[in-house]
Amino acid sequence: MRQIRAEVIKDTVKDLFIEANYVIGKDIYKKLKEQHEKEESEVGKSILKQIIENDEIAAKERIAICQDTGLAVLFIELGQDVRIVGGDFNEAVNQGVREAYTDGYLRKSAVTDPLFDRKNTKDNTPAIIHIEIVPGDRIKILVTPKGFGSENMSALKMLKPADGVKGVKDFVVETAVKAGPNPCPPIIVGVGIGGTVEKAALMAKKATLRPVGQHNPDERYARLEQEILEEINKSGIGPGGLGGRTTALAVNIEHFPTHIAGLPVAVNICCHAARHAETMI
Amino acid sequence: MGNMIRIKTPVSTDEVRKLKAGDNVLITGIIYTGRDAAHKRLIELINNGEDLPVDFNGQFIYYVGPAPAKPGYAAGSAGPTTSYRMDPYTVPLLERGLKGMIGKGLRSKEVIEGMKKYGAVYFGATGGAAALIAKSIKKVEVVAYKDLGAEAIHRFYVEDFPAIVVIDSEGNNLYESAPPKYRID
Repeated sequence: MRQIRAEVIKDTVKDLFIEANYVIGKDIYKKLKEQHEKEESEVGKSILKQIIENDEIAAKERIAICQDTGLAVLFIELGQDVRIVGGDFNEAVNQGVREAYTDGYLRKSAVTDPLFDRKNTKDNTPAIIHIEIVPGDRIKILVTPKGFGSENMSALKMLKPADGVKGVKDFVVETAVKAGPNPCPPIIVGVGIGGTVEKAALMAKKATLRPVGQHNPDERYARLEQEILEEINKSGIGPGGLGGRTTALAVNIEHFPTHIAGLPVAVNICCHAARHAETMI
Repeated sequence: MGNMIRIKTPVSTDEVRKLKAGDNVLITGIIYTGRDAAHKRLIELINNGEDLPVDFNGQFIYYVGPAPAKPGYAAGSAGPTTSYRMDPYTVPLLERGLKGMIGKGLRSKEVIEGMKKYGAVYFGATGGAAALIAKSIKKVEVVAYKDLGAEAIHRFYVEDFPAIVVIDSEGNNLYESAPPKYRID
């Protein structure tokens, strides 16, 4: 059984959150540049230019891409042949978050209680940790600081099986278009179809992390991704919501078997600063 | 695209009334920050008939919760936050002379009516362009509600802060007028 020290997990989480907040993914950067070339709206073009410049400044100077450095969300794949030693796993993750947000000059946006107190926890914890046990003796850690300008525009709907493809398509397009300028377009739209309420939401969040330009391996879903993307971009919302062709950069769908009576669909919206970083230890 | 206009704060109602939706502006001078929690406190003071900690007359408010500044930097990354959350608190500030808001996203009908009545504009800054915008912030002080951390009211001294007039004092709204030009039915 391979042993991994809790401290290694803490340090890895810390580095990943700092990296994710400073450096935009190459896939997103490339797509932004392509869209900047193509964008027909003059205002839209100038906004895409600002976004590209912003991402370059942040990476070069190692400062936050966006001031909303998000709630700390982690997807962890834990090999079943790994033993964590020298500390508590969850505490190591939270300590990594604490140190990243303090030492990395990142904004701490977590509040203690959602309804009554709403006091800042001052260290951006607790992190939201999703753990999956997988074969092997490695740990894959994927972090995604999630800002709430876009998170607030997300939605979930329990469709009927009879609603079918059209029902899914309409709901996803409607959610993205209704969000308008609020989630900082151009956006990345994560969609989870199937499972249960929580499974659909989790898939939608995971879908936002798929590299821009990579499609669902099932060609029917890949086609649906493309069709929904085109529909959203027909809205004219454009960069910053000020008009143009580039409203969304990608629509990524994940799917899972579900109950005979249901068709859950979750839409998780992410802004153009779709920050994430991952590593394997 | 509209004209490129330089504005110096504080501004008069006449100056604000000249700004039109679609104008690109570069703002220089003092701007105040404020978001959810700070707005809530300001409105409580107004409701209790007490003085505000800041004189907003002729001033602009920027909806932002900046990231902490790295050593050697005046400001941390500081892009706009979503404005509609401040809608329930905005009109009383317009009554007290606030001449502009800087944020991103839609505003309520009440806010737009208030802007028309008192003469104020709503500027959009590019969501997420926080590192770029921070370059225009030269000096930062906390002026009220220090306990709120990133949500405290800060006084920024800015030079050529980039923004677009999204809603002008006549209620013309770029969020409504621009997308239909690119809509494909």
